[in-house]
Amino acid sequence: MADVLVVAEHRRGDLRDVSYEAITAGRELADARGGDLHVAVVGGDVDAFAEEMNREGVDAIHTVGNGEEFDHNVYQTAIAALLDRTDAATVVAPNSVNGLDYAPAVAEDRGLPLVTDVIGVEYDGGLTITREMYGSKVETTVDVDGDRHVLTVRGGEWEPAGGVGDAAIESVDVELPASGARVTGFEEVAGGDVDIADADVLVSVGRGIEEEENLELVEELADALGATLSASRPIVDNGWLPKNRQVGQSGKVVTPDVYVAVGISGAVQHVAGMKGSDTIIAINTDPNAPIFDIADYGIVGDLFEVIPELVDEFA
Amino acid sequence: MKVLVTVKEVAEADDDFAIEGTDIAESDLEYDLNEWDDYAVEAAVQLSEAGIADEVVTVTIGPERAEETIRMALAKGADRAVRVWDDAFEEGFSDVAAKVSTFEAVVEAEEPDLVLGGVQAADTGFGATGVALAERIGFEHAAVVNDLEVDADAGVAHVHRELEGGVEELTDVDLPAVLTVQTGINEPRYASLRGIRQAQRKEIDATDLGDLGLTAEDVESALTITSMYEPESESDAEIIEGDAGEVAGRLAEVLRDKGVSA
Repeated sequence: MADVLVVAEHRRGDLRDVSYEAITAGRELADARGGDLHVAVVGGDVDAFAEEMNREGVDAIHTVGNGEEFDHNVYQTAIAALLDRTDAATVVAPNSVNGLDYAPAVAEDRGLPLVTDVIGVEYDGGLTITREMYGSKVETTVDVDGDRHVLTVRGGEWEPAGGVGDAAIESVDVELPASGARVTGFEEVAGGDVDIADADVLVSVGRGIEEEENLELVEELADALGATLSASRPIVDNGWLPKNRQVGQSGKVVTPDVYVAVGISGAVQHVAGMKGSDTIIAINTDPNAPIFDIADYGIVGDLFEVIPELVDEFA
Repeated sequence: MKVLVTVKEVAEADDDFAIEGTDIAESDLEYDLNEWDDYAVEAAVQLSEAGIADEVVTVTIGPERAEETIRMALAKGADRAVRVWDDAFEEGFSDVAAKVSTFEAVVEAEEPDLVLGGVQAADTGFGATGVALAERIGFEHAAVVNDLEVDADAGVAHVHRELEGGVEELTDVDLPAVLTVQTGINEPRYASLRGIRQAQRKEIDATDLGDLGLTAEDVESALTITSMYEPESESDAEIIEGDAGEVAGRLAEVLRDKGVSA
C-alpha cells in the first residue's frame, strides 16, 4: 500500500483551481497503488480551506496553520512532517510558480526522484510519467526509479475533483526553522489603461512578428476589426507592449468572442490564458504549432502576406 | 561578492523533425544559449557593472560543442567559465539530482555568494534545478524572480517573484542564495565586437567528474525516457488554404459571420 499526499495551493485568501485538479491526479495514482489520498493544507484560513478541499476521493486532510501566505520553508517543513506521520509515498504538488518553489527542495531533502510538469501518471509495478519536451513539440514517457516520488502536475490536465468527501481532518503542529526568505507584499502588475479581459475581439501578436516596427501591421488589423491588441509573453519581455497586454499564465486570462492569434506558437503558458475564447483563429508558419490544436480556424502561412490582405478586406 | 551563473546550451527542434529512438534526430536539432539563462547572465553582469559583484563565473554541464554558447556568455561580460563533461553524461537523460550533484561540487570549489540560473531549460523544461541545488548546498532560494536588487552590505536580495495572473510577490531573501531568473527581468545585451574579442582570451575551465571528486554513480539518473512521440493533434480546426488573397477572403467571411467589424 502506498498513499499519496496532495498539497493544496492558495493565494491571498483563495484556493487555486489546480488544488482540485491535483486531487484528481493524486486519486488516480492512489487508486493504482491501492492507497489512501491525503491532502495537506498549509497556511492561511486552514479550516475553511480544509472544508473546501474535502472532495470526493479524499481520505484525510492535514492542516498546518502557520502563516497567512506562501512561505517555502513552511511548506517544506510541513510536507516533511506529513511524510513522516503518514504512509504517503508520493507527493503531488501543483506545477505552479509556488509549487516549483518548494517541491524540488522537498525531493532533494528526502532524496526522492522528482518529475515536474507532469501531464500523465501510470503505476504498474513502477511509476511511468508522461511529460512534454522541446517546447511541447514532443511527448515522452519516463520511467521513474523507486516507489517514493515527488511530482508536480500541470494545471488544466486533470478535471477538478468535485462532490463532498468524508475525510478526517486533523490539525498538525510543526516546528519551523528560522526562515531566510520573507514575503513583504504583493504587487498587481497587469493594471493600466486597457483591460484586455473586457475585449470582445482580441488580435494577439507573438514572436512571429519578428521586429518591433512590424507591430504596426497588427495594430492596423486590430483597428480594421475594431479589436483590442494583446500579445504573448516574448513581445512583453522585449518591452514592445506593456505587461497589461499579456495573455497567459503570468498575464491575463481572456475569454473573448473572437481571438486572432498572429505568429503565436501556442506554448502551454499562453494557451492557459486564452483557451476559453469562443472562436480561435490562428495564423502561423509552422503547421505543427500547438496553437492549431485549439484553433477553430487555422492558416498555415506567412502573416506578412495574409495580414495586409485581411486589412484590405475590412478597409 | 562572487556570482555563479548556471548556463545551459539547449536544443531546439526544427519545424520538421524526426524522432530516432527516444530523442529527436541530431540533424534536426539546433543549439543555442537557453533563453532564460541569457537573462540570468545579464542580471549577473549588471551586478558586476554596478560594483556589487567582483566576479561572474558561468558553469555549464555540456560537451565541447557547448563552448560556442559559453563564449557568448563570456562576450556579454562574464569573467570566466567552468564546463563540466564526462562520459557518464553521454548515457542519456540527466535528472535534477544528477545536475545538482555536479553543481554542488562546483559551488564547493568556487564558493559563490549568489547563484543565478534561468527558471527552466527550454528543451527539458523541468524548472527545478535551482531550488533543488539551494536545498543541497544550504543556500536560501527564490524561484521565478523577475526583479532583483542586491543589498550586499545587508546580505539580502530584494526580489519580485512572478506569480500567475499578473501578481508579483515581494520577497527578501538572505544571502547566500540561489535565484531562478524569469525572462523579462532585464534586456539581455547583444555581445559587442569588443566583447567577442575579449571572450576569446577568457578562461573556460574544462573539467570532468573525477576533477570534481565525483564518480559516474553520483550523476546516475532516477529517470529514464522510454519513449518519445509527437502528440496526436487534437485539432479540429478548419484549415483555410489558398494564396494570401483567398485566405484573407475566407477569413473575412468567418470574422463577419462572428459579428466582427470595425
